[in-house]
Amino acid sequence: MVEKFDAIVIGAGPSGNAATYTLAKQGLKVLQLERGEYPGAKNVQGGIMYAHELEKIIPDFRDDCPTERHIIEQRVWLLGDDSYVGTNYRSESFNSDKPNRYTIIRANIDKWWGEQIRKVGGLQICETTVTELIRDPSGKVIGVRTDREGGDIHADVVIMADGVNALLAKRAGLQGEAAPENVALAVKEILFIDPELIQQRFGIKEDEGVVIEIMGKVTKGMVGTAFLYTNKESLTIGIGCLISDFKNGDCPPYRMLEDLKKHPVIKPLIEGAEMKEYAAHMIPEGGYKAVPQLYGDGWMVVGDAAHFNNAAHREGSNLAMASGRMAAETVIELKAAGKGYSASNLAAYKKKLDDSFIMKDLKKYRELPGIMHGNKQFFGAYPDEITSAVHNWFTVDSVDKKTKEKQIMKSFIKRRSVMGLVGDAIKLVRAVR
Amino acid sequence: MSIMVKVEEKLYQNRYIVDESRPHIQIKSVEACQSCEKQACTVCCPAACYSKNETGGVTLVTDGCLECGTCRVVCQDKGNIAWDYPRGGYGISYKFG
Ligand SMILES: Cc1cc2nc3c(=O)[nH]c(=O)nc-3n(C[C@H](O)[C@H](O)[C@H](O)COP(=O)(O)OP(=O)(O)OC[C@H]3O[C@@H](n4cnc5c(N)ncnc54)[C@H](O)[C@@H]3O)c2cc1C
Ligand code: SF4
Repeated sequence: MVEKFDAIVIGAGPSGNAATYTLAKQGLKVLQLERGEYPGAKNVQGGIMYAHELEKIIPDFRDDCPTERHIIEQRVWLLGDDSYVGTNYRSESFNSDKPNRYTIIRANIDKWWGEQIRKVGGLQICETTVTELIRDPSGKVIGVRTDREGGDIHADVVIMADGVNALLAKRAGLQGEAAPENVALAVKEILFIDPELIQQRFGIKEDEGVVIEIMGKVTKGMVGTAFLYTNKESLTIGIGCLISDFKNGDCPPYRMLEDLKKHPVIKPLIEGAEMKEYAAHMIPEGGYKAVPQLYGDGWMVVGDAAHFNNAAHREGSNLAMASGRMAAETVIELKAAGKGYSASNLAAYKKKLDDSFIMKDLKKYRELPGIMHGNKQFFGAYPDEITSAVHNWFTVDSVDKKTKEKQIMKSFIKRRSVMGLVGDAIKLVRAVR
Repeated sequence: MSIMVKVEEKLYQNRYIVDESRPHIQIKSVEACQSCEKQACTVCCPAACYSKNETGGVTLVTDGCLECGTCRVVCQDKGNIAWDYPRGGYGISYKFG
């Protein structure tokens, strides 16, 4: 006799956790399967968690959720060879009772989610890889096969929350392989350091955090960004670029990360820290046009597996949690109405997504991935020109300012014709409008 | 070569639960790698699992694999990599992530 559940959720990342918790809380019999040794063992995140979506699911999460620092300052830096130009935004109002964003360590958060799921009666089983979807003769998904002995498990509906590789949907022919220009590869390290040093170097108090988003020459002209985040007793540093660029280039990801760590404006911030882990993970960056089929008879896809990621704003975990919740709510509503999980009924999930910030934001930025990909000057010539322009401007050398202005313009135009500059500006404005 | 040493130092910090003699990724055809011009896997893999060898082909050692999936994505046009996750519980086990 094969055991049967109301729902099976595959994966214990933010999307699967949100779905499982929501289902269990409404009293549904739900099983969550995770291939890692423990929840979080396979997961990587740069480390900013946005509170809003989590708060919708667990309103009092702040009582015991192991976050690191709440973010009071956000910096965006453009790196030149030995310099940066940047903007910093800091506000005392970020020091509220209910901060909006936190730095996190993924493994800690995922373990905490596991406890929350158990508290509401959900069943989470780790060390179990789902190997395929089980379908009935009509093609409807009716369960999953796992790598455990006698590992077939049946359910009325299966939610795939298995992340960016999305092997199950690919194997079942429900989505294609990701194109190299639609996925980024990011590598990161966690660097442990005395909290006092973090506080001194970033000018913050005990619970306060600073995050730096980095663009510029460190990506060697490839489409990509880097980041440096402050945790309680550690710093997270990472860099990611489109896989199509890594593929055409000759710089391995770990060398790029080493160069970032050695950069003269980054090095003093991480000096004296001890590296404790090196991680790599893909990020779905194709946006709206890369979103696959999201549901069918007996199944739904959520989170990174559905390509829900807003690269422009570096949001992923919140889209994951939101889509997981919406999938679960669809299941709950259909069950309450005594309806089954046919494709036409599950279309309600797509409707929820379309009405939410997820699809609206992805749609808004739908041209951005293509523009970045086809216009490498944003990642090579521009950072170079902008940093040297600022350098020129701030160098006091008895050259009059009007001449300086001319020099700067001339240099820009030499690198990129006037039409090119205007064209780029138009493209960018269109893409983010 | 110095670069190789550096990745190994990085990977050394990680926790792995090795599934002895059950590599989860395999190169399907040795010849296909020999005729592959770019051998992009040798550049793209963040754990340096792929290296060019004396026969003009590619050697794969999955011990340090971070299970990112990049090699599968870069080799999709050739389709020469059989890519799977390790058995449940095995492979990389991030302490922090
Ligand atoms: C370097 C980096 C930095 C990032 N920074 C940020 C950030 O600052 N803020 C932000 O919001 N987002 C960030 N993201 C994105 C964010 O991490 C993802 O969007 C989010 O984790 C997606 O959640 P998910 O649940 O869909 O997938 P995942 O978190 O990938 O979870 C998938 C889970 O499924 C499991 N699994 C997979 N296949 C199977 C199977 N066959 N059987 C059983 N289990 C399986 C995996 O082990 C894993 O636990 C970052 C990502 C990376 C890589
Ligand atoms: S999955 Fe990632 S780490 Fe593993 S071999 Fe492929 S590219 Fe390297």
